[in-house]
Amino acid sequence: MIAWFQYVEIAVAVGAGLFALVLGFAGRKPSDYTLGATALLEVLLVVQVVISIVAPLAGNPPTGDLLEFWIYLVSAVLLPPAAVIWALVDRGRWSTAVLGVACLAIAVMVYRMGQIWFVQVA
Amino acid sequence: MSNTASTRAVGVGRVLIVVYAILALAATARSVYQIIRSFDEAPVAYTLSALAGVVYILATIALIKRGDAWYRVAWATIVFEFVGVLAVGTLSVAVPALFAHASVWSYYGMGYVFIPLVLPVLGMLWLYRRRPSRAV
Repeated sequence: MIAWFQYVEIAVAVGAGLFALVLGFAGRKPSDYTLGATALLEVLLVVQVVISIVAPLAGNPPTGDLLEFWIYLVSAVLLPPAAVIWALVDRGRWSTAVLGVACLAIAVMVYRMGQIWFVQVA
Repeated sequence: MSNTASTRAVGVGRVLIVVYAILALAATARSVYQIIRSFDEAPVAYTLSALAGVVYILATIALIKRGDAWYRVAWATIVFEFVGVLAVGTLSVAVPALFAHASVWSYYGMGYVFIPLVLPVLGMLWLYRRRPSRAV
């Protein structure tokens, strides 16, 4: 895991999450912007998967448990597609809020992943 | 929306369902990890963790499904969670040796920004508003 990339992921996740929540509560249907922001987050997470495979081999091992780390990462990678499929099936304002909730959950998960990798607390 | 009177997967209820689904995922994944890695350290807490995860999954399904039977399942699971978070939360403060290990319900769900404490209340309010006898 790379520290600055993690910050980018969290920033995008929080940004996309708040953006979608605000638009959702404002009554907007899922748009290219909210779906695009969620898709961007998914791209970052896929890059994170690659980084997480390569990093231990390149002399950047996690301080914590890799199994726990991967449970978080796999769950996080699955969330955006699920939320986007939901938003495409059901094009209502609450689907926009659903995108926001998913993005914010990912922000927390990436934060936890960073803790596991850099500062093992538990 | 005339045919959705008995359904809970409408409007803001959808957001509730998603939060439930994410919590179900978090609790289940974490308890699987805990049981694989360190079950011996706190068998009681980790067994409860796994049980909590399964109940969250059940609650999520019950909130999505139509019909009176699922409505009762939704009530049962959400009340179970509420009792669970209060009981385990209190026990984790009173008997840390048994329950201090991280689980969704330890310290009233503090590790999950108290969502496990707030969510059942919102869930019960939602179920009450969408009760089958009330044709909305």
